Amino acid sequence: MRGPRLPTWLRRHGVLWSVQFAYMAEYRVEIALWALSGVLPFIMLAVWSTAAVPDLGLSSAALGRYFLSAFVVRQFTVVWVVWQFEEDSIQGRLSPYLLQPLHPLWRYVAAHQAEQATRLPFVMLIITVFFLLQPASFGWPGVPRLLLGLLAVGLAFAINFLLQSLIACLCFWTERASALERLLTIPYLFLSGLVAPLQAFPPPLQHLALHTPFPYLIAFPAQLLAAEPMGAGQVFSLAGGFAAMGLWIALLLPLLVLLWRRGVRRYGAMGA
Amino acid sequence: MAIVMARGLRKTFRVADKQPGLAGTLRHLVNRRWQELEAVREVSFCIEPGEVVGFLGGNGAGKTTTLKLLSGLIHPSGGELEVAGHRPSRRQRGFLEAITLVMGQKQQLIWDLPPLDSLRVNAAVYGIDDRVARRRIAELAEMLELGEELTRPVRKLSLGQRMKAELLAALLHRPRVLFLDEPTLGLDVNAQARVRQFLADYNRSTGATVLLTSHYMADITALCPRVLLIHQGRLFYDGALAALRERLAPWREVRLELGQPISAAQLGRYGEIEQLDGAAVRLLISPERLTGALNQLLTELPVLDLEVREPPIEELIGRLFHRGSVEPLPQQQR
Repeated sequence: MRGPRLPTWLRRHGVLWSVQFAYMAEYRVEIALWALSGVLPFIMLAVWSTAAVPDLGLSSAALGRYFLSAFVVRQFTVVWVVWQFEEDSIQGRLSPYLLQPLHPLWRYVAAHQAEQATRLPFVMLIITVFFLLQPASFGWPGVPRLLLGLLAVGLAFAINFLLQSLIACLCFWTERASALERLLTIPYLFLSGLVAPLQAFPPPLQHLALHTPFPYLIAFPAQLLAAEPMGAGQVFSLAGGFAAMGLWIALLLPLLVLLWRRGVRRYGAMGA
Repeated sequence: MAIVMARGLRKTFRVADKQPGLAGTLRHLVNRRWQELEAVREVSFCIEPGEVVGFLGGNGAGKTTTLKLLSGLIHPSGGELEVAGHRPSRRQRGFLEAITLVMGQKQQLIWDLPPLDSLRVNAAVYGIDDRVARRRIAELAEMLELGEELTRPVRKLSLGQRMKAELLAALLHRPRVLFLDEPTLGLDVNAQARVRQFLADYNRSTGATVLLTSHYMADITALCPRVLLIHQGRLFYDGALAALRERLAPWREVRLELGQPISAAQLGRYGEIEQLDGAAVRLLISPERLTGALNQLLTELPVLDLEVREPPIEELIGRLFHRGSVEPLPQQQR
């Protein structure tokens, strides 16, 4: 007897994901190295733990949980669509994608999600080792916070993907859109909370950062996962954080649709 | 009713003009110059359902650009275009399901995985049911003589096997219109023949319309009763292949390796001398005179080696356009 039939879009995404997962699995060693290369939060933890720093209102255990959470969030929000899109565009691989009845960006979404799945074992391993070395930092955020944290990670990935896809669209105008992506790396590193928790920022800089998408890519989901307090007197409030994420998605999505349409009109199918 | 219709089709590219050397590089950096390149100029033709049409022309003639326009990959700068009842540049789902574009060795197969994985993706993308997809894959694989190759990583396949798998992937959704750009490029003679036979069978069994470019005359002669000839973006001929061949090459090329050098005056009796380099000779002889002339050559001259060939289409087209007269040839009444 047959089970209920999955909706077409879900079936299609499932196939794309499983094939991309098979592809990523071919490169599991490389992915393990990529996962290990994202240890910047641990370096920053070491710096913040030893340096004479102003009082952040965080205990040493909470600081450890924050940077561990930042590491986890970073692992599941890494986006490399600019590089892949640029290469596909230059090599002519984009052309067959454009001639199929599926928006090419869905392929990249599936590829990213497949890569995240291959990162999962390495991330679990690093979490385990971290808590073995720093048992004082261990803390269970609780099911509601954990679920909200996971939702925030998903939304952070969506914002980062939309932002990077906007840059990738510039490949329709210039072959080297990745140069702009490099330019974005600096504000991303400093304003996202990857280098320092937002509590450490001077108030004007904190204010400025909260008007960019960057804190919602790392700091907000990380604080959720680390079970840090939110609300009055804190950097983020729960509703405010999710509302800001929704706003960024609502802003970036139509921009991407518009830029994509304009870009495709300019597409010269080079290398194809 | 035509399934492919182009009227006054134009495509202009804007390309950067950079001079060589340091000065050119600095000028390019500070004050970039652009020039307009007319890749396709006022091209008009119609193709009826089920036709197999060869698209001929030298490198840079505008063949591939036209195929990209027809498939909706790039937007035209002017003119009208309709393929399978759609305007290609809109890339509506119905249009994308009706066409396919195969571009030589540019592949849609995932390099590190077996072709079957790419086929699964294509089936899902086109919304083809699993059972239907399996049946179609089996049918097409049989026609293309593909078996175990479908479960080996693409990177481990030979060029010919990859091209056949590429065709399978491109045809899984049963397109009604096939745009094929150099589908046999780089393949050995056997693989070329197999791909050719497959395309003929596919056209016969599905009634699909095919527009094909190839540098191999054998592809065109085996598959295309009708050809379009394009040069510098302009369409110069639209009609039967036989008529074009007679017009462009009313002779065969005979290559001779002689035991000793023979004078031009002596050789001139057999045909027009194309090249005379010591004992190596190239003669042009009309098809009607060919048998008699070959008999004479073999009996009267010290022939060590002899080869008769039809000149490559590139060469024929090159000759046509080097004559200085580049007026469009009269179109055959259709």
